[in-house]
Amino acid sequence: MNVQYMSALIAVVVLGFLAYIGTEFLGLNSLFGIFIPYLAVCFFLVGAILKVMKWAKSPVPFRIPTTCGQQKSLDWIEQNKIDNPSTTPGVIARMFFEVLLFRSLFRNTKAGIKEGKITYEWEIFLWVGALAFHYSFLTVLVRHMRFFLEPVPGLIGIVETLDGFFQVGTPGVLLSGVVLLGAVLFLLSRRLLIPQVRYISLMADYFPLFLIIGIAGTGIYMRYFARVDVVAIKQLAMSLVTLHPAIPQNVTVSGILYVHLFLVSVLFAYFPLSKLMHMGGVFLSPTRNLANNSRMERHINPWNPDLKFHTYEAYENDFREKMIEAGLPVEKEA
Amino acid sequence: MSLVKLLEKYRSRIIDEWFQIIIATYPPEAKKLFSNLKDSFNNPVGSTAIKSMTEVFDLLLKDGDSPDTLKKSLDPLVRIRAVQEFTPSQALHFIVELKRVVRDSLERELKEAGGSLQEEVGAFESQIDTLLLIGFDIYMGCREQIYSYKANHVKERTLNLLKKANVLCEVPDVGTEIIPHNVYKNGGFDNTKTSNKGD
Amino acid sequence: MTIPREEMLKIDNTPPRKSWMEVPPDFSKGKFCYPSQIKALEYLKMPNPREWSPTDEDWKLPPNWQEIIHKGFKERLDKYRSLKVFMDVCVRCGACADKCHFFIGTGDPKNMPVLRAELLRSIYRNDFTLAGKILGKLAGARKLTTDVIKEWFSYFYQCTECRRCSVFCPYGIDTAEITMMARELLHLLGISIHWIMDPVSNCTRTGNHLGIQPQNFKEIIEFFCDDIEEITGKRIEPSFNRKGAEILFVTPSGDAFADPGTYSFMGYLMLFEAIGLDYTLSTYASEGGNFGLFTSSDMMKKLNAKMYHEAKRLGVKYIIGGECGHMWRVINQYMDTMNGPADFLEVPKSPITGTVFENAKSTKMVHIAEFTADLIKHNKLKLDPSRNDHLKVTFHDSCNPSRAMGLLEEPRYVIKNVCNHFYDMPANTIRENTFCCGSGSGLNTEEIMELRLRGGLPRANAVKHVHETFGVNMLACVCAIDRAVLPPLMNYWVPGVSVTGLHELVGNALILDGEIERTLNLRMEDLPGAEGEGNDDDE
Repeated sequence: MNVQYMSALIAVVVLGFLAYIGTEFLGLNSLFGIFIPYLAVCFFLVGAILKVMKWAKSPVPFRIPTTCGQQKSLDWIEQNKIDNPSTTPGVIARMFFEVLLFRSLFRNTKAGIKEGKITYEWEIFLWVGALAFHYSFLTVLVRHMRFFLEPVPGLIGIVETLDGFFQVGTPGVLLSGVVLLGAVLFLLSRRLLIPQVRYISLMADYFPLFLIIGIAGTGIYMRYFARVDVVAIKQLAMSLVTLHPAIPQNVTVSGILYVHLFLVSVLFAYFPLSKLMHMGGVFLSPTRNLANNSRMERHINPWNPDLKFHTYEAYENDFREKMIEAGLPVEKEA
Repeated sequence: MSLVKLLEKYRSRIIDEWFQIIIATYPPEAKKLFSNLKDSFNNPVGSTAIKSMTEVFDLLLKDGDSPDTLKKSLDPLVRIRAVQEFTPSQALHFIVELKRVVRDSLERELKEAGGSLQEEVGAFESQIDTLLLIGFDIYMGCREQIYSYKANHVKERTLNLLKKANVLCEVPDVGTEIIPHNVYKNGGFDNTKTSNKGD
Repeated sequence: MTIPREEMLKIDNTPPRKSWMEVPPDFSKGKFCYPSQIKALEYLKMPNPREWSPTDEDWKLPPNWQEIIHKGFKERLDKYRSLKVFMDVCVRCGACADKCHFFIGTGDPKNMPVLRAELLRSIYRNDFTLAGKILGKLAGARKLTTDVIKEWFSYFYQCTECRRCSVFCPYGIDTAEITMMARELLHLLGISIHWIMDPVSNCTRTGNHLGIQPQNFKEIIEFFCDDIEEITGKRIEPSFNRKGAEILFVTPSGDAFADPGTYSFMGYLMLFEAIGLDYTLSTYASEGGNFGLFTSSDMMKKLNAKMYHEAKRLGVKYIIGGECGHMWRVINQYMDTMNGPADFLEVPKSPITGTVFENAKSTKMVHIAEFTADLIKHNKLKLDPSRNDHLKVTFHDSCNPSRAMGLLEEPRYVIKNVCNHFYDMPANTIRENTFCCGSGSGLNTEEIMELRLRGGLPRANAVKHVHETFGVNMLACVCAIDRAVLPPLMNYWVPGVSVTGLHELVGNALILDGEIERTLNLRMEDLPGAEGEGNDDDE
């Protein structure tokens, strides 16, 4: 038993119940269906922008890229233009691989000796898990735009077609939701099962995982098992985006939907306060987003202090006689 | 079946359990890293341990193993234990534990054999005692090596202090002869130079 | 008497494991660096000079120490975006955990880079975040107590600022950056180590870490020239503090007084002689290394300022820098920003080959390996690599030139041209993945010898592999700390492997005009099979 993950789990379960009881029994549908989602979105937008502005307010006094390849030096030595960029296009390429393909995580190669030969293998699971998680999350997010846009753009249709590629069952199983749930469970089990990762994990690490498990779980439940009234949901969603919020009156919307929606709202509101801001932070990381060109172009530190150092004059004053004796040239004869 | 045959039969199980004893002496957070034997370069502790233990175990089974070969096989592992935060007994206790691992692994067979294997077991265990003594030699050798690095360092610093205090330079003609070879250059030592304020 | 087996084995299986916040640091002997002396702090006008020891219960902190840390932390958050971002974005994925040589060598979980950073982050959350203030420990926050300060002292002096973890971090979180900030905060309370502050104060006054005075510095170099004369028959007369020279040469002072760096210094002198370079050495800027980097950005700036100051005074065109690790981190990533613009210097151009070093056009400082590689490429050096035939060489990429610069191919190119036998170590232990020597960032002090040997184990283990596989017997490097600390490391882990600087190899292979037939190498050892005669009757 570990207080960090138990408290996170309990928090998510309580939140889910709150929404369920609130809407099924207390009739707080407007609170959970309108008020809280609006609040959460505002909180998310304002919070995220403020956070990024807060980061951006601190200057980058020094150019400190972590160089992961050959520098630009002599013409005949091939530079690694991506892992050790010296120009802006190089930095963009590096950031592209970093942000979209998680290049640094991919570096986890392991070398061992098998039958006297050095062999390499990929310690690949964290990378695969992270990719699967983020991309399935993105796909799910894009798919959900169907509820918020009228008419539904063709792009979403294409995403859905690709997502439902395996055409299993009715309604067709969409891969992204399943992969999302699987990936989150993988990331969670890593945290729980690997002692070193468990040792460093905080409630703040478990909480979003349980939250997303709750969100994906309720979503999958609604789509494949409860078969909720999609028309009603779309009606609610459209009313929210068109800023004419209204709880659908003639049809019943399941309490599970409100649980789903509430957990999503919590995730949105929690986002700017938490480590989830790594999404924005990665763009501002000075070890990645700067070119290694500080010998070619002077990088400016806005607060560069003016400091007194031990000048040559002070040095000579200290050692003049000895210097003269040793035949070293001096500025001032004794 | 003779004891050696039995040990050969259960070889991999015994070595693995013996290895687990080493791993258990480290914090649990290091267990995954130290047990990952696929990556010897990222895991020198675990890969050295398993290599050493396998070699030592095989040597114990062979007749007429010389202390020298045992020492050579045991050295890399004890060398690591000697710089980690163990007391000498903690560092070497794993050797004694081999007795228990063997007895546990062969529990059923030993019971079945009645007393007939008693003598062989006794002989094997006294080999482990020898191994422990060898381990003790290696451990002390390592510690002495480390202390010599520290001592050389202090000696060297003293010489530098003397020089800074102009003590060495006060011997006019000889001074310059002494300085390059005893202070600046070889520090007065042979090639086992220790750390210096470099860079 | 029975002692529990678990105790003998030091097995810790108490379930559940205590949270890391509840584990106090260990200050038994050999587990900490000695604190700095009063006189060093007083000379440098740093706060709270006093007599104290890490083993004391009371560290004699200033009465308002918590306020000092809080303010200092805030100031640094406002000055460094890196710190702010790194405090917020870590997701504790654990990718960095097994990348640290200290964790690999010790298994101590607080040596995982993520946890090292959490030591600081926990205070950040408590002092500067809403969640931390409300949720406390659940949000990973904790109150600032003297135990936290002690823990910082213990673990931020178990980090060599090697940046290996930052290669693998998906957000580029750089523990070196965090360690530097934590050490700056500790300095505000007067907590620092002797092995760093002593060199810093020496360097301030005499121009170099050891406190070598000008006349001694000149003397040392002249001894080198004596040795070179004995080996090659040629007398070299380098100049000191000479105005009007074309180039100023600056190298770490370790090269001037500590073997085997001294042989590299001889190599530099011979190289410059061979090409007839118009250069001068300075007794004032006689230190390329900069322990200020391990102290604070202000101290780094003050020590580094001397190079440009001296270059300007002497009126040279540009500066060549010798083989050094962290010196080159400072030059590549900080120097021009801190002490530039160097508009009184010219864009470096090799007087021999005419190559313009475009990559150094603003700092006007060229790395000696770049300079020498260019000479060799243009066939300007007469070399006899067979003089190094008794050596099987491998190359240790030093942390800073590889991960804060990218100097990877230049030294390898030079080695391959001056030696016939070169073997690289396995790929995940070299170049940007290189393992630290275990003693960088001012930790090359003898009281923590065991820690250094543990930290150097992964490096040594890879050397051992090429030693056993290819018979490698020489470990080359371009860093003065490496040259000082790798010899004992090799002596302990891989006996039979010696350590050399790059330019010692160059000096041995280099053919000077009009030199005598060489029978000795730069270490004054007989050259094996040096053209036969004289050595045969040894047997």
